[in-house]
Amino acid sequence: MSGFLKSSIGRKIAMALSAFFLMFFILQHFAINILSVFNPDAFNEVSHFMGTNPLVQFVLQPILIFGVVFHFVMGFVLEFKNRASRSVSYAVNNGSANSTWMSRNMIYSGGFILIFLVIHFIDFWIPELNVKYFVGDTSGLLADGSDYRYFEELQHKFVPLWRVTLYCIGFIFLALHLLHGFNSAFQSVGGNNKYTKSLNNIGKAYAVLIPLGFIVIALFHFFNNSH
Amino acid sequence: MKLTLKIWRQKNAKNKGKIVEYPIDGISPDMSFLEMLDVLNQKLITAGEDPVAFDHDCREGICGSCSLYINGEAHGPDRRVTTCQLHMRKFKDGDTIFIEPFRANSFPVIKDLIVDRSAFDRIQHAGGFISVNTSGNTQDGNAIPISKHAADEAMDAATCIGCGACVATCKNSSAMLFVGAKVSQYALLPQGQVEATDRVQNMVAQMDLEGFGNCTNTGACEVECPKGISLENIARMNRELIKANLKG
Repeated sequence: MSGFLKSSIGRKIAMALSAFFLMFFILQHFAINILSVFNPDAFNEVSHFMGTNPLVQFVLQPILIFGVVFHFVMGFVLEFKNRASRSVSYAVNNGSANSTWMSRNMIYSGGFILIFLVIHFIDFWIPELNVKYFVGDTSGLLADGSDYRYFEELQHKFVPLWRVTLYCIGFIFLALHLLHGFNSAFQSVGGNNKYTKSLNNIGKAYAVLIPLGFIVIALFHFFNNSH
Repeated sequence: MKLTLKIWRQKNAKNKGKIVEYPIDGISPDMSFLEMLDVLNQKLITAGEDPVAFDHDCREGICGSCSLYINGEAHGPDRRVTTCQLHMRKFKDGDTIFIEPFRANSFPVIKDLIVDRSAFDRIQHAGGFISVNTSGNTQDGNAIPISKHAADEAMDAATCIGCGACVATCKNSSAMLFVGAKVSQYALLPQGQVEATDRVQNMVAQMDLEGFGNCTNTGACEVECPKGISLENIARMNRELIKANLKG
C-alpha cells in the first residue's frame, strides 16, 4: 500500500478519498448550522451532542483533522511536484482555451480556504477545546446556566462585519474549489461512465448551494442581531 | 498573408534558447502550418541562416511526429488536428504567431522546436504491448468474440498517435492521457487481460520515473488532443491500477 501511495495515481486517488470525506463533512456541518436559522433549540441540542459525544470527539474528530491536514499537505506536495515538472514555461499559454479557471487554480482557492480554516479554528475550535478540556466545563451551558451556550456564541461571532465578510469570501473560494473538486474526485477514483453527466450537474449544485447556504447563515445572524 | 512569427530558437539541448522574431510575407491561406514554416526555412537557407528545426513526417495527421505550441495551444487553435493539418486560414493577415516547442522536463529540447519524446517509447516498452506466440499457430483475432461497444472504445483509445500534446498542454505536464489510452486499448480487449496487472503497474511506474507531473483533471488534454482521446481513459487506467493493486 505504501508503494501505491508513492505512485502518482495512488496519490491522486488518496486526494480524492480525502475530498469525499471532507465533502461529506461539509454537508453535515451545513445541516447542523442551518438549524441555527430555523430552530435555535435544536441547534443547541445537536451542537451539545456533537461537542460532548465521545465517538464524535475522540474518533471522528481526529479522523477529520487527519483528513484536513492530509488533503492540504498532499495538495501542496503535488503542486510543487507538478510545477517542478516544467522548469521552462511557455511565453504564451492560452489556458482558458481548454480548461476552466477553477480547475487551473485549485491551489489558490485551496490556499484561501486554508487561511479561512485557520481563522475558523481560532474562532470556534480552539475556544471550544479550551472550555471543555482545559477549563473542564462540559455542561455546554451559559454562565448563568439558563440555556446552552452554542447558539448565543454563534450569534456573537457574527456581529463584526470583518468576520462576516471574511466568511463570505471563504465560502466563495470553497464554491470555486468545489466546482472543480467535486467531479474531479469522482474522475480520480475511476468514476467516468454514463452517469458522469448527471453527476456533473449534482456536483455543480452541491458546489454552489452548500457554500451559498453557509453565506446565508452568516448574513442571517449578522443582520438579525447586530443591526 | 503577411505575418510576424515569434519562434523559439535553441542551438542544442545545452544552449539557452530565446524567442526570435521573423517577419514573413506571401503566405497563402491554403498552406498548412508546416508549409508556411517550409517557406520561412527556404528564405533562411537562401539568406545563409540556420533553418528552424521542427519535427514532421507523414503530414497527414496520423504519425504523431509534428508538435509545436502555437499561440499558447498544442497544435494551434484548431480542434482535432495536428499541426500538419492546421491551415493558415485559421489565422488573419497581420497576425503575430508565437511558435514554441512542447514544454516539459520529460520532453527536453533537442534543437529549436524539436523535443525528445522518447519517454513515451520507454513507457510503451514497460507494458504497452501483448505477448503473442507467432510460431504459426496464432489464433485469428476475429475468432475471439468482442462486443461492439468494447471494440469501439478500444479503437478510440488506440487512435492515440503519441504526439505528446496532452503533456504539452497539461499545466502539470502529466502524461496520463497518453498512458490512459495505451492501457485502455488493451484493457478493453480479451487479448490484453493476461498481462493486465503487470501492464498498468509497469507503465504507471515508468511514467512516474520519467518525471511527468500529476493529473489534476483539468481536462485540457482532452480538448487539445488531435485524436480526441477522452478522459474516460484516465479513469479506466485509475480503475485498472486499483484492481492491479488489490490483486497484489
